[in-house]
Amino acid sequence: MKRIFLLLFWSVFLTSNINAQEYFPNNESTKSKSSVFIAFTNAKIHVSPSEVIERGTLLIKDGKVIAVGTSVLVPKNAMQINLEGKYIYPSFIDMYTNFGIEVPKTSRSEGNNNPLYDTKRKGYYWNEHIKTEVNASDSFKFDQIKAEEFLKAGFGVVGTHVPDGIARGTGALVLLNNDKETNKFLSTVTTNHFAFTKSQFSNQAYPSSLMGMLALLKQMYHDAKWYKEGNSDYRDASLEALIKNEKIVQIFASEDKLNSLRVAKLGKEFGINYILKGSGNEFERIDEIKKTNAKFIIPINFPDGYDVSDPYQANQMELADLRFWNQAPTNPKSLSENGIIFALTTDKLKKLDDFRTNLLKAIKYGFDKTKALESLTTIPASLLGKSDEIGSLKKGNIGNFLITSGDIFDSKTIIYENWVQGNKFIINDMNLKDIRAEYLLTIGNDNYKLKIDGEINSLKADVKLANDKKVNSKLTLANNWLNLLLKTADTTKTEFHRLTAFVSDTNIISGKAVLANGIETLWSAKKVPVSAETKKEEEKKSEINKVFPVTYPNLPYGNVQKPNQKTILFKNVTVWTNEKEGVLTETDVLIKNGKIASVGKNLADPLALVVDGKGKHLTSGIIDEHSHIAISRGVNESGHNSSAEVTIEDVVNSDDINIYRNLAGGVTTSQLLHGSANPIGGRSAIVRWKWGLAPEEMIFQNSPKFIKFALGENVKQSNWGIQNPTRFPQSRMGVEQVFIDYFTRAQEYDRLWKEYNSQGKMGNLKKPRVDLELQTLAEIINKKRFISCHSYVQSEILGLMRVAEKFNFNVNTFTHILEGYKVADEMKKHGVGASTFSDWWAYKFEVNDAIPYNAALMHKQGLIVAINSDDAEMSRRLNQEAAKTVKYGGVSEEEAWKMVTLNPAKLLHLDDKVGSIKVGKDADVVLWSDNPLSIYAKAEKTLIEGVVYFDKDLDVLKRDEIAKERAEIITQLLQEKNQGMATQPASKKEKVHYHCDTLEE
Amino acid sequence: MKKYIKLAFIILSCVSMKAQQIPASKQAKPTLILNATAHLGNGEVIENSVIGFKEGKLTIVADATTIRLDMSAYENVIDAKGKHVYPGFIAPNSTIGLVEIDAVKASDDEREIGGMTPNVRSLIAYNSESRIIETARLNGVLLAQITPRGGRITGTSSIVHFDAWTWEDAIIKENDGIHLNFPTTFKRSGWWAEPGTIESNKDYTKQVDEINSFFGKSRVYLAEPSSVKNLIYESMKGLFDGSQILYINANEEKQLIDAIRIGKENGVKRMVVIGGYQAVKVVDLLKANQIGVLIGRVHELPRLDQDDIDQPFKLAKSLTDLGILVGLENSGDMERMNVRNLPFQAGTTVAYGLTKEDALKTITLNTAKILGIDKQVGSLEVGKDATLFISFGDALDMRTNQISKAFIQGRDIVLESHQTELYKKYKEKYNQ
Repeated sequence: MKRIFLLLFWSVFLTSNINAQEYFPNNESTKSKSSVFIAFTNAKIHVSPSEVIERGTLLIKDGKVIAVGTSVLVPKNAMQINLEGKYIYPSFIDMYTNFGIEVPKTSRSEGNNNPLYDTKRKGYYWNEHIKTEVNASDSFKFDQIKAEEFLKAGFGVVGTHVPDGIARGTGALVLLNNDKETNKFLSTVTTNHFAFTKSQFSNQAYPSSLMGMLALLKQMYHDAKWYKEGNSDYRDASLEALIKNEKIVQIFASEDKLNSLRVAKLGKEFGINYILKGSGNEFERIDEIKKTNAKFIIPINFPDGYDVSDPYQANQMELADLRFWNQAPTNPKSLSENGIIFALTTDKLKKLDDFRTNLLKAIKYGFDKTKALESLTTIPASLLGKSDEIGSLKKGNIGNFLITSGDIFDSKTIIYENWVQGNKFIINDMNLKDIRAEYLLTIGNDNYKLKIDGEINSLKADVKLANDKKVNSKLTLANNWLNLLLKTADTTKTEFHRLTAFVSDTNIISGKAVLANGIETLWSAKKVPVSAETKKEEEKKSEINKVFPVTYPNLPYGNVQKPNQKTILFKNVTVWTNEKEGVLTETDVLIKNGKIASVGKNLADPLALVVDGKGKHLTSGIIDEHSHIAISRGVNESGHNSSAEVTIEDVVNSDDINIYRNLAGGVTTSQLLHGSANPIGGRSAIVRWKWGLAPEEMIFQNSPKFIKFALGENVKQSNWGIQNPTRFPQSRMGVEQVFIDYFTRAQEYDRLWKEYNSQGKMGNLKKPRVDLELQTLAEIINKKRFISCHSYVQSEILGLMRVAEKFNFNVNTFTHILEGYKVADEMKKHGVGASTFSDWWAYKFEVNDAIPYNAALMHKQGLIVAINSDDAEMSRRLNQEAAKTVKYGGVSEEEAWKMVTLNPAKLLHLDDKVGSIKVGKDADVVLWSDNPLSIYAKAEKTLIEGVVYFDKDLDVLKRDEIAKERAEIITQLLQEKNQGMATQPASKKEKVHYHCDTLEE
Repeated sequence: MKKYIKLAFIILSCVSMKAQQIPASKQAKPTLILNATAHLGNGEVIENSVIGFKEGKLTIVADATTIRLDMSAYENVIDAKGKHVYPGFIAPNSTIGLVEIDAVKASDDEREIGGMTPNVRSLIAYNSESRIIETARLNGVLLAQITPRGGRITGTSSIVHFDAWTWEDAIIKENDGIHLNFPTTFKRSGWWAEPGTIESNKDYTKQVDEINSFFGKSRVYLAEPSSVKNLIYESMKGLFDGSQILYINANEEKQLIDAIRIGKENGVKRMVVIGGYQAVKVVDLLKANQIGVLIGRVHELPRLDQDDIDQPFKLAKSLTDLGILVGLENSGDMERMNVRNLPFQAGTTVAYGLTKEDALKTITLNTAKILGIDKQVGSLEVGKDATLFISFGDALDMRTNQISKAFIQGRDIVLESHQTELYKKYKEKYNQ
């Protein structure tokens, strides 16, 4: 360590005064600027990744490249540095750091459930997590220690920003050659930053979820547009900054593959080409990532191997985590082979030293060297719009370059110097001889085997006697003076021979030895060819682990190939049509082009895959009206009492194992609802469980729009444990008023827009502000969006229906609706459907009167009744839940079955496409081993639009593959640990199963 | 007419006051159930059966086609042709009667603080009038082990039946065992709203050692009469003299190995595993020590993404095949209201391999054996309690689990609940 520090000093012998600001007084004898030509000759110069000059000359002056080429005229007064045999590369650029910015420490009180509505800031955007007005250059302070770490890792320029908030303000570009008191910006306001994390300085609860963050950003952009058009009567420094900086480079730290897709979509909506700061898991959805056409900033913080030496712990590790360790080093390769343009960043690395190690690892795993160099030089320069200043060594650019002993991506290569703007930073002494090799060591008459390896600045010697017995030794090399301590053969004593030599020829090193007994003699070390043993070791080092294929999703039970639509003929099966035909026995069903092509006897199709359905049952797929699985980062936007602006469609998580488990339970479609933390929740996503596909492809095409409302204990925060609540409402009385208030405002909003839109060209009405929340609520009033309302007791059920009637619309669905049986007649009159639990009760005070006969009673009153899950576990047994309505209240089996298929399809207005087995409808069907209502029934095949997404036989094969893959990766991990690689303790990611009342933060 | 008005008044007042059901009076008349398909709970089925009971005990369980019987000894004869008779189902490791409404703290009596509280007894807090109990009876669950939660050693459980005025009336076996929550080898980081990773529990060894030393101290204390009483150590006595069972809540292989080792080293005579997700991996250890497993909720998600998707469904089958005595338990979220779904959890194990009669055992005789109450309950065998019910069909399937009669120790219990009353009330509303 000491040695490193000795080398880490700024060489000032050539330093011109260009660093200091001109008007600063100094204590030097003259104030004249020295302006010296420096010529680097005979080097292999990588002017850029694609332009290489053999034996060229690089001429710099005042920190700039004056000329580069093979026939550069070197001025007589130039300093000449002969780089015979050495290489020159442009220095690296990391455009995503927080260099010189004090990372904010948490000041937010954790677990504060009391939303802070009002902001203390005046004159800024209403939400404190929007900090567009911040400029990194204002709080920047040059960090000498960190700068040296960056320089050592090969960087010359870094981008920096304040990593705090959702909109984080602007970032600056910094040159790392500061040796004076001033800050060296290459440019100040260069980039504009966004991320999905809230400000550490604010207690404002909104947004508490990822979907809330996305909604907030959308609203912010709408507001900025409106502001820009001069519609605001007030000044807003945040919006002004956003507008002012809209033309600069926009960087969004999405930090995840799916988030990248989300941000790209956001960008598309508002015409912004964000550069996406990824996380290293892009390879898991590479096709979709590619389709975004976005450019990326990619970290290479590959995970350390897990310590799996304890088998008990190892068997509790998730395969997905093990597999990610195995695959992560291929991410840069995958991105570059797919033609995705990206810059590399040191972000998220535990220490900067790891950068080169991991970069070389990525190259070992197939990342092209030229691409690697581009991603560190020309690409970041071009992404930043600074190609004419940095990133290459073409004439006129800033002279930022590295001098190395060879190919920079060769692990043996020594990086000697990092020059930034004409300032030299020494990493390793250029004159130091590289003595790493094998030698025959002779001291007097004794022969030894000597092997020197390790890092150039921390050499290791391995000395053996002729009989291969190890001799303890210690070797140092400084200023080409070699010192070698050798322990004597006598193990009872601690005595050493001391060897010393000045290295001038690395083929033969010779000098003086002082033996333990004080006798002086001569020694020499003669280079010998690399031994077979070493060669084998080297080979082993260059070998890479077998990389397991990415599956879609990249979880156990994922598919290597996305499944295809097939023509399938089910023969002699019992068909639950859900139509007037009822249940048909010994019937054939032909599935073709994703549709139900025909239902009847003796069907045939030469191309069809025939499935024998004898003794089995075929039904339409189960539809879960109320689900919260497969949602990323928060099911509730609980920050406000209305969050109509958020939508679950923004946060569908295609990589949730519960999708597969749902399919295995015969579920094909679910409504993913917002939670029930507030009276007006968020918009729903209606999805089809197309396991393996991306989130966007899971969303049910042209599905009607829905929104979640909620009543009762959750919205009035009864069970939140808040001592001094501040969020209105705290009672059912207040809940009614929230609805009336919001609908009144929505009506007014709607009127304003209608007036504005109908005024014609000559009109002089001011353009109203786009308000995503009120816009959504206006859709409800205009019957363009349906409400599914979480509800329990009769008073509130009746209450919401009356509010809706006042505003002339109907509530579409009461979900949960455990006291629906008490007001089923009124519900029928209103025209609302019911989606309930089969038998839940006793978990809250408001479900005290919940009875399992609820569904039967409501059904008898003529309501459309569905049975829902609200639970990742129950959703895979909804067939059993439907069967409970037979037990409780004597519903017929056919009607009971409709409660998890046709009836929810009707409630979701999807019954023209799904919900029954009818020719022309989508082939969302399930093959069951038994009567589907039986406790003994199992789903054997689950199809969506004619594609088999679950197959019991394939499932068995997948289990074997999982076991095999686990065993192989664990072997790899053990081998790595054995080789002394760093490991981390076994751990796994927490799985969150959302329910209605799951709150975040 | 007057009589009917009075009766109607009583019924109405019951409904409006939402009172609990009245416990049944002692069996007065010897009763005979004829012609039903009897599922004995021990694996046997009698297609055409005769089941008789007097003074609360079974007096005859036989095949009607082969037995000769003096019918006159039975005043009360029930023809159950086409129906099915089952022994009352047993819900072990339950908190029914300890909490009425999950979210209402005032109604919650299921856990104590203190960490090591073997002296804490569930029985004293057991509310025999809980309305949740009434709903469980309607699905055939007639017995339960009432178990405290919370801490490392949660306390002492007792086994009750579901037809009692008070907790004392309810006792089947008082203080049957002590429950240990064994530390897990992995620990969650972060907090509930911002979960971090699940990391290996660095305190595991320490925590295991604490248990070991607690058992050791108890043993030492009990070895020598002491003038200064330590109530906590006193309460551990039954574990060492074999009168009580140590119930070990553990799922992971390592937990199971360590827990059983500590039990053995400290001379614990009888042990039972609750949970047992990875019990398949320690089968030999379980067998060698005659340890039964009350496997965790069947209707549960696999613990890891890569686990077989039907892992919880098929665990009963896997362990049964390996020769382990298996019962089902149902602790977890919303566990009290879920007690009534215990038969359907058993039904699910049939879909995943068990025979119907083996599945039935997992909620009747096997459980009784595991809890050590099989001499009294758990199967339809002469001499045992007449705790049984008649169902229209297969009681493990929701569609046919329809109970027409249920007896607890021969008492003909009321098959109504707060819920059936509300059902009737609102059927009435729509008839008006």
